[in-house]
Amino acid sequence: MAGCIRNLAATVFGAALTASVMAGAARAEETIKVGILHSLSGTMAISETTLKDVMLMLIEEQNKKGGVLGKKLEAVVVDPASDWPLFAEKARELIEKDKVAAVFGCWTSVSRKSVLPVFEELNGLLFYPVQYEGEESQRNVFYTGAAPNQQAIPAVDYLMNDEGVERWVLAGTDYVYPRTTNKILEAYLKSKGVAEEDIMINYTPFGHSDWQTIVADISKFGSAGKKTAVVSTINGDANVPFYKELGNQGIKAEDIPVVAFSVGEEELAGLDTAPLVGHLAAWNYFQSVDTPENEEFIAGWKGFIGDEKRVTNDPMEAHYIGFNMWVKAVEKAGTTDPDAVIDSIVGVSVPNLSGGYSTMMPNHHITKPVLIGEIQEDGQFETVWETPGLVVGDEWSDYLEDSKSLIADWRAPMSCGNFNTATGKCGGKGVN
Amino acid sequence: MRLFGKIAVALLVVFSALAPALAADDSLRDIVSGFADARNFSQTEKIVTQLGKTGDPAVVPLLEALGEGDLRVRKEDRAVFIAKGKGTVTLLDPLTREAVGSATERELTKIKVNNSLRRSIRDTVGGLALMAAAPEKRKAAASTLFANPDPAALDAIETAMAAEKDPAVAESMAAARAAAIVYSDRPDIEKSAAIEIIAGIGSRDALALLSSLEARSQGELKEQAAAAIARANRTLAFWEMGQNVWYGISLGSVLLLAAIGLAITFGVMGVINMAHGEMVMIGAYVTFVVQELIRTSAPGLFDWSLAIALPLAFLTAGAAGFAIERGVIRFLYGRPLETLLATWGISLILQQAVRTIFGPTNREVGTPSWMSGAFEIGQITITWNRLSIVIFALAVFFILLWALNRTSFGLQMRAVTQNRRMAASMGIRTPMVDAMTFALGSGIAGIAGVALSQIDNVSPNLGQGYIIDSFMVVVFGGVGNLWGTLVGALTLGIANKFLEPYAGAVLGKILVLVFIILFIQKRPRGLFALKGRAVEA
Repeated sequence: MAGCIRNLAATVFGAALTASVMAGAARAEETIKVGILHSLSGTMAISETTLKDVMLMLIEEQNKKGGVLGKKLEAVVVDPASDWPLFAEKARELIEKDKVAAVFGCWTSVSRKSVLPVFEELNGLLFYPVQYEGEESQRNVFYTGAAPNQQAIPAVDYLMNDEGVERWVLAGTDYVYPRTTNKILEAYLKSKGVAEEDIMINYTPFGHSDWQTIVADISKFGSAGKKTAVVSTINGDANVPFYKELGNQGIKAEDIPVVAFSVGEEELAGLDTAPLVGHLAAWNYFQSVDTPENEEFIAGWKGFIGDEKRVTNDPMEAHYIGFNMWVKAVEKAGTTDPDAVIDSIVGVSVPNLSGGYSTMMPNHHITKPVLIGEIQEDGQFETVWETPGLVVGDEWSDYLEDSKSLIADWRAPMSCGNFNTATGKCGGKGVN
Repeated sequence: MRLFGKIAVALLVVFSALAPALAADDSLRDIVSGFADARNFSQTEKIVTQLGKTGDPAVVPLLEALGEGDLRVRKEDRAVFIAKGKGTVTLLDPLTREAVGSATERELTKIKVNNSLRRSIRDTVGGLALMAAAPEKRKAAASTLFANPDPAALDAIETAMAAEKDPAVAESMAAARAAAIVYSDRPDIEKSAAIEIIAGIGSRDALALLSSLEARSQGELKEQAAAAIARANRTLAFWEMGQNVWYGISLGSVLLLAAIGLAITFGVMGVINMAHGEMVMIGAYVTFVVQELIRTSAPGLFDWSLAIALPLAFLTAGAAGFAIERGVIRFLYGRPLETLLATWGISLILQQAVRTIFGPTNREVGTPSWMSGAFEIGQITITWNRLSIVIFALAVFFILLWALNRTSFGLQMRAVTQNRRMAASMGIRTPMVDAMTFALGSGIAGIAGVALSQIDNVSPNLGQGYIIDSFMVVVFGGVGNLWGTLVGALTLGIANKFLEPYAGAVLGKILVLVFIILFIQKRPRGLFALKGRAVEA
């Protein structure tokens, strides 16, 4: 009897599955599918869930405008659960099974590295919205977040020139993004004449929560009679206890400012920011930017999510730019075929939220303004400095010995992600 | 008609030219109105310096308001006001601070400040407050000037010193004067005296002053400074030792709090409870909910929010523990592998449930005023929240110890774990005792969550960060022994903090882990092993 029921259940389930697959196939003819590859559970859910929501909002808005190429867009959301190998599996599922036209996703560099071979093999399109360490350019990937020269280097320049900083603490979480960024920054600082003993580099494990010793070390390092600043690539959850400890030990921004590359409006939402006023962050977008486009975006976001308290941040803007670029490129090419889109997207220009236009460059990075903001009591940033014009994302850092002669250009006839200008050959380091 | 208009304009010009002479503070007002036209930070900074030069203490509140971002310009007539808050705000006159009307936020623009502006405001206010009436204000001003020496303020400091009657304030002023001399072009003999005063203070700020003097001077003065630095370093090294011990105790108390609930569920009952961290997380979220309710309904009670959250967190997490034991674990006694997998699954379910209810982002848990800030003993900075957690962890430990050894429930609990069949024969309802013990361990984890919400993220991942550390402490300390948990937590905390400055945080953690593995090889039952037949069974 029990076996009978089980069989029945299996049949019903199987039938339902077939029905849903068939329904999916029927719909696929009328819609263009867009894959969303962001973790909705596990450690990265804290940051990535928001990006899934913003993608759903953008797709909904595009459909209200009539979709793309006369077809409605359909979002396919998968959950890679903060598990790096699962990212690759889910990416394969999106491209092979769901036949999506483009994928918007990934946050950590390791998740991006894990899906790269899949996108190359199946010729998919990935829009990657987060600031990263550079040293990469791949034909199937569009990097809409900041490269180091669009975030880290201008921030250091600001501290050096406007705040007169002479001693540097480079503090980061122990993984690839902070390590590479700090390597570039160290080389950059030394090229500016900063002595070895004026640079302190410190790494901490993921989710580090006891910052007492490190904050005390920073204040000790800062008492050598020279103006000191902290450049923080501390990631995710570890930031809250770090800032709490700074506040408690009374380290004020006027004495030792901290400039962060991974702390945005979302991270500050879980914090009492009163003791942090004046600490800095470098991004390409702040919610406080006063432009009509941004006002509209924020209003749309709050309405979509149904919560007046929700904030917007930089990776959200990156998806906004990336999505609009993809739509424009598809319309230009007249098809969603990846090869056609890869060719048509270079040179596509769309409005960003800070009052200008961002353009997709041949190296698959985009142009952006760089903003430096100070944390305010209401958890927002106030822009205190910005680059006069747009900055082009530099995929291969000019400050690292083994990458300074490399360039990327995905237009024919070069079509190469690591062209060595010294040897005149395609294929330097970092072949993926 | 045109002529008439011209006369009117001419009269207006004459009157506005005469106006400054009519009131004494009108020259100040003129400077202040300049804020409305400042286009960038350096122009604003010039006005701040100008205000400082007037030496008029009336500008102090105005400058403080500017530093806090409360100085705003009315868009329609470019008038400057102090205005606090959001929405419709009351406009205060910048000098007299009398209410002169109100405006909505949109009608005003905030005068922007950045770090270097805040610094110059602080220095200017520091210089002006030297002559303030209240001695604590004068002392604060002197300390600010010591930490941020400014040779231009030297004359002001010396005038203030001459007028100072309070010996404690005079001492701070002498230090501030010495600091300013270091940066001035006074003769070497005065600098030499300054070095002695600064060296006597021996703090980090003092060391910074001496290092910068040493870098900029030659000959005898350089040697004297170097000697003073060496002396300061020796005393600081001694204090650093104390600081490390304190940090170790503080980290140990956090480990103790996280592990003490596990010492019951795993230590006493032998259940490998992977959902322990989620009980901590539940406690933290209870704190968040309590604070939200207090914020909306009774803001006056905010300082009591943690005290209110404690019993609620204990009951909520305890109830969750009770449900888990009755619903899952009781079917799995004696099957450690299945227990491990089942509780791991429960932990994932709980995490995702919290993520669905409260969202994946961090939630803000405020710190009551009595737990904010820090105080200093010698050169050691002790923050109030860490001190509170140390005291709280010890209190929880001793209450639990008392409950286990002195109450009848504790007696039943020990009886059941040591010899279940005998306890059952004596009429103890062993299944109920099991459930209550598990609930107790979970409840304790819940109140740990209340404390940890003060130093860590309140996010669905909160528990994961503590689960490994908790098991480490319990295994190292000795399974089934509360004292072992206490000693284990403090040992690991202090060891970690002494390794960290040398090996770095990452390697330090690895070294501690290696040490524990080696230790367990030598003593498989941990520091304080239970002896007797119960263990062998």
